[in-house]
Amino acid sequence: MTHPFAISLDVGTSLANLTGSWRTSRPVYVDRLPPCNHVCPAGENIQGWLYHAESGDYETAWRTLTTDNPLPAVMGRVCYHPCENACNRAQLDEAVGINSVERFLGDVAIRNGWRFAQPPSATGKRVLVVGAGPSGLSAAYQLRRMGHAVEIHEAGPFAGGMMRFGIPKYRLPRDVLDAEISRIVDLGVGIKLNSKVDRIVESMQAGGFDAAFLAVGAHIGKRSYIPAGSAAKILDAVSLLRSMEGEEQPLLGRRVVVYGGGNTALDAARTAKRLGATEAIIVYRRTRDRMPAHDFEVEEALQEGIMMKWLSTIKRMDEGVLTVEKMQLDSTGFPQPTGEFETLETDSLVLALGQDVDLSLLDGVPGLEIKDGTVQVAANMMTGYPGIFAGGDMVPSERTVTVAIGHGKKAARHIDAWLHGAAYAPSSAHELASFDKLNTWYYADAPKTVRPMLEVARRQSTFEEVQGGLDETNALYEARRCLSCGNCFECDNCYGVCPDNAVIKLGPGKRFQFNYDYCKGCGVCAQECPCGAIRMVPEEI
Amino acid sequence: MNDRTTTLDATQKLHFYQKGTFTVGNRLVSDQQRAVQASIDRSNALTCGHRACQGCGEALGARYAMDAAMRATGGNVIAVNATGCLEVFTTPYPETSWQTPWLHSLFGNAAAVATGVAAAMRVKGRPEVRAIAQGGDGGTTDIGFGCLSGMFERNDDVLYICYDNEAYMNTGVQRSSATPPAARTATTPAMGPEPGNVFGTGKSVPKIAVAHGIPYVATATVADLHDLERKVMKAMGIHGARYLHIHVPCPLGWGSASQDTIRLARLAVECGLFPVFEAEHGVVTGSRKIRRQVPVAEYLQPQRRFAHLFSSDAGKNRIAHLQAIADRNIAEYHLLDAEGEA
Amino acid sequence: MLKQIEGSRAMAEAIGLCRPEVICAYPITPQTHIVEGLGEMVRTGEISKCEFINVESEFAALSVAIGASAAGARAYTATASQGLLYMAEAVYNASGLGLPIVMTLGNRAIGAPINIWNDHSDAMAVADSGWMQLFAETNQEAADLHIQAFRLAEELSMPVMVCVDGFILTHAVERVDIPEQADVDAYLPPYEPVQVLDPQDPISIGAMVGPEAFTEVRYLQHYKQTLALRLIPEYAAAFKKQFGRDSGGLLRSYRCEDAELIVVAMGSVNGTIKDTIDEMRADGLSVGLVTLVSFRPFPTAALREKLVRALNVVVIEKSLAVGMGGPLANNVDLALRNVAGAPQVHSVIAGLGGRPITKTSLHRVLRGAFVQPWEGSHFLDLNEKIVAKELHYVRKVRRSGPTAENLLRRLGQAEKAAV
Repeated sequence: MTHPFAISLDVGTSLANLTGSWRTSRPVYVDRLPPCNHVCPAGENIQGWLYHAESGDYETAWRTLTTDNPLPAVMGRVCYHPCENACNRAQLDEAVGINSVERFLGDVAIRNGWRFAQPPSATGKRVLVVGAGPSGLSAAYQLRRMGHAVEIHEAGPFAGGMMRFGIPKYRLPRDVLDAEISRIVDLGVGIKLNSKVDRIVESMQAGGFDAAFLAVGAHIGKRSYIPAGSAAKILDAVSLLRSMEGEEQPLLGRRVVVYGGGNTALDAARTAKRLGATEAIIVYRRTRDRMPAHDFEVEEALQEGIMMKWLSTIKRMDEGVLTVEKMQLDSTGFPQPTGEFETLETDSLVLALGQDVDLSLLDGVPGLEIKDGTVQVAANMMTGYPGIFAGGDMVPSERTVTVAIGHGKKAARHIDAWLHGAAYAPSSAHELASFDKLNTWYYADAPKTVRPMLEVARRQSTFEEVQGGLDETNALYEARRCLSCGNCFECDNCYGVCPDNAVIKLGPGKRFQFNYDYCKGCGVCAQECPCGAIRMVPEEI
Repeated sequence: MNDRTTTLDATQKLHFYQKGTFTVGNRLVSDQQRAVQASIDRSNALTCGHRACQGCGEALGARYAMDAAMRATGGNVIAVNATGCLEVFTTPYPETSWQTPWLHSLFGNAAAVATGVAAAMRVKGRPEVRAIAQGGDGGTTDIGFGCLSGMFERNDDVLYICYDNEAYMNTGVQRSSATPPAARTATTPAMGPEPGNVFGTGKSVPKIAVAHGIPYVATATVADLHDLERKVMKAMGIHGARYLHIHVPCPLGWGSASQDTIRLARLAVECGLFPVFEAEHGVVTGSRKIRRQVPVAEYLQPQRRFAHLFSSDAGKNRIAHLQAIADRNIAEYHLLDAEGEA
Repeated sequence: MLKQIEGSRAMAEAIGLCRPEVICAYPITPQTHIVEGLGEMVRTGEISKCEFINVESEFAALSVAIGASAAGARAYTATASQGLLYMAEAVYNASGLGLPIVMTLGNRAIGAPINIWNDHSDAMAVADSGWMQLFAETNQEAADLHIQAFRLAEELSMPVMVCVDGFILTHAVERVDIPEQADVDAYLPPYEPVQVLDPQDPISIGAMVGPEAFTEVRYLQHYKQTLALRLIPEYAAAFKKQFGRDSGGLLRSYRCEDAELIVVAMGSVNGTIKDTIDEMRADGLSVGLVTLVSFRPFPTAALREKLVRALNVVVIEKSLAVGMGGPLANNVDLALRNVAGAPQVHSVIAGLGGRPITKTSLHRVLRGAFVQPWEGSHFLDLNEKIVAKELHYVRKVRRSGPTAENLLRRLGQAEKAAV
């Protein structure tokens, strides 16, 4: 239709006005590093797999997760979840239950029999992994995925390391552990059990291995000097827990004292209770708040009737009787002897005073640096001997399963690079998606799910799993509490709040694009992005 | 520390979209549950290339309202616009950024012109084509008030949308009868013994619209898109006189940062100064509860038009007066749920 | 069909025959009977498919018409005097947007002082707004011009004001021939807009036009009105063909062929003037009359052609441009500008505020024009005594009070004295 000059205007004529020229700063889409990803010792892309879990695509979620960590069902039970401590949601209501969702995914994978994808063609390289604990299994898994031939030599009768021999059944059912280990074996990782490596260099040469990853763990319980009568029953916690895997249950008697304040001490005490002890007492030289053990485990233990004797050290043990000295904290927080003693009727004393590494396989290997009972490694996880890498509890570390898995993955990458004659340079980290970068208004109020707990009575008498998992509704709920910090989750906010219609929606899964022809740089998009995935950068004028 | 000893609470509410309940869209919900603005097919009644300031709340409000109306009517909308910012920044010869049929007549007659459009559509046998009148607060509460009231009284089939940025912005930020007390404008400068706008009797056109007994009246804000769209869709399902009053921050006139537009609109609601409510045939039928209440000072602070209130005791007194107004609104419209939750 | 009918009613029936689609009504003397008549006709169904809307002000009335017209409906309203001024913004808006609205103007004086009787000051106030203005001489012409107005407006996409003298035409009962619907339908096709609001084909109407294009817009408006100079006679001729009588056109002349003195006037006063001219001719005075129907567009060339051979032109008008003189006279001057040997133009201001223009007075002033043509504006029948008294009083007393009230008081005193 023709129309009167100037008074009337055709649709679309404003598109000639490129208002992008007004800008002094422009919005750009960024991917920031969520704090959970940042602190995960295994380097999991937590935000990434929660994203898939949210939409019910559990398999994709599980595959994303297992890119970095092959043992989610285990981790969902034993990891101390530093991710949850770092989770930004905690500043809103409560941290996302990342750990419970990880467990859910791990369990779903086992239930559905999902397998890992077969690795690509072989590289022709062979790597020896010493120790089938979490670190060794993680390294073997990653190396196998990269196409290398991997063989694990495990000194013990079963694979699993501390997961089997240190963590009680009530925390980690053995069928779960077995399922996840066998999945790694199915990838083509050979595990030789009962095959202790005595001399590493010889073993490498004998097997024609191009590199080795040592992850023997710390399985020797520390002992301190305690004067004891000949009939006093004293054992270390590591041996106790290991012996739980055998056919015969150890006999500890009715009254068991555990000496120490770490998680192992608690595991030992709770195991003792389940073995039938009427009294399981933890003796610790300082106070509850000083205990290295995680507080929730202390809580669980207390609920099960474990007793705690604070500010006490053990002086001597005789058959059936323990002599304990009361301590008091001085001004610097150190326990000092008071000179006051008491006795406890005790059938057995379990020492949980820390663990040492069996470094004998490294005797005679040149170039190594041993300090404080652990092997020193460089940033690339390699020891002083070229081609011998190490990780897990045998190197300086926080000594958790997650850290061990992280070491395994990291070492595998460096081993792979080293085998190709190159160096692995990790990509520089993105900017951190801290809480101040979020616009939390857009997240609905949703407190954390509560995980079902086994009733106390049953907990005391059996080794059934104490903490239950989430069912699908709850897992979905929990996954959807994730704020997706720093990573676009296609909420359409930027597309909707731009006053100039200058955001182009590319379609599901493809996110958005700024139309810089018209974007005036007002910054509303960046302000209203819930997860902080938009940054305003100054224009070069 | 959450309680880990209880078994799972069966009555725990499961929001399957809790991540994005308040966002424009959400990849986890169906298209029907998302806002119109989330759709790749939205009309974009107001498209790129217009000359609004950066961060203009009115540009946003107009697109929100018009796209929702287009969706509700299957594209059968004719818009009539009063003189003002919206008209000027969208149709400077030779460019128009409207993609719908659009008419600008005068400053004070949008309601009457829309009446004429609606009458024409009826008489031409096209009653499915609906008329929408748009105007700013100046064109609605002041100069357009007579025509607005006439349209209400006749119950003409017009949806009148007022975009309230609380002053005559287009002519350089002069005071209108919608300007809040104490605000600085060019004709109520922050000078003299009582700087800024007077504390008058106030003029709530939404309330006046309710008093006319018309079929539907609602207030809305650019900070709550879902609510705004719902109200437009609802209005378009009703025949007769309807009035929608949308709060739209103006970065230039309010002296606020361009990226704060939605944030300020949100604070206005959350402090109680802009009550969001609905009414039908003279009776208020409901209000949108405040979710996280804030004191009015938090809303006033980022706006330079209120800066003079923060530098003196007299100013603090006037902030207290504004707080009293907010508190009255909260009481009158029941903006805080009894349980204290949204 | 011939009817003995009030002028307003005749107009209403003629308008009804034009099939208006939206009628906006706001009351103001003296047009009210027109919209009342239309309202009844819509109610009874005599006018069908029409929305009759009672609005809350004249400003709203024309605004509603604007909206309706822009949306493609044939729109009509009526007003006068104060009401016209109240909608003045909309008057300019309608013509600026090029909307073919037809409006009846029941010519009435503009206050203060408030006055409900007839003069042409309201039409003059908006003469330059871009509306076409046609002045009816009789009730018949008042009815007929509306029919022509719709056709003219819609052809040019420009609004038309039909000016009818308040009370004199609107309230007089006369014999009028009301046309048949079939004839009107044959003469006036349905409205086909040049631009229209339609969701199927959206456009934006009413842009802001800056210095770079505003002049061109105005020029085009002006140009369009000049096109009307051709169309108005054409449509009058077509009207004659369809309806069998002369009506409308740009102007008509009476006994001008050899006239030494030609009178120019608009509206109903032409009837009285013609009677006066007949009597003067009988007395051997060479006098003629040009009745101007189209004031806008102003028929410069046609008028010049009529006037150029006369010696003197007397413009009799019911309007005053305070501080200047007679606006119609001023327009007539335009027709004779730069013409060699052009007649002299003399201005008479008469009938303001409804004062009757009598044959006696016309005789006096026209015969006087033969003897002694005057300079400036001559105010017909001015009560010089009262004026002189007021001027004297005002010179003496600073706080002299309102002029109007003073005059009324003096008039009252004069009457008492006369009794």
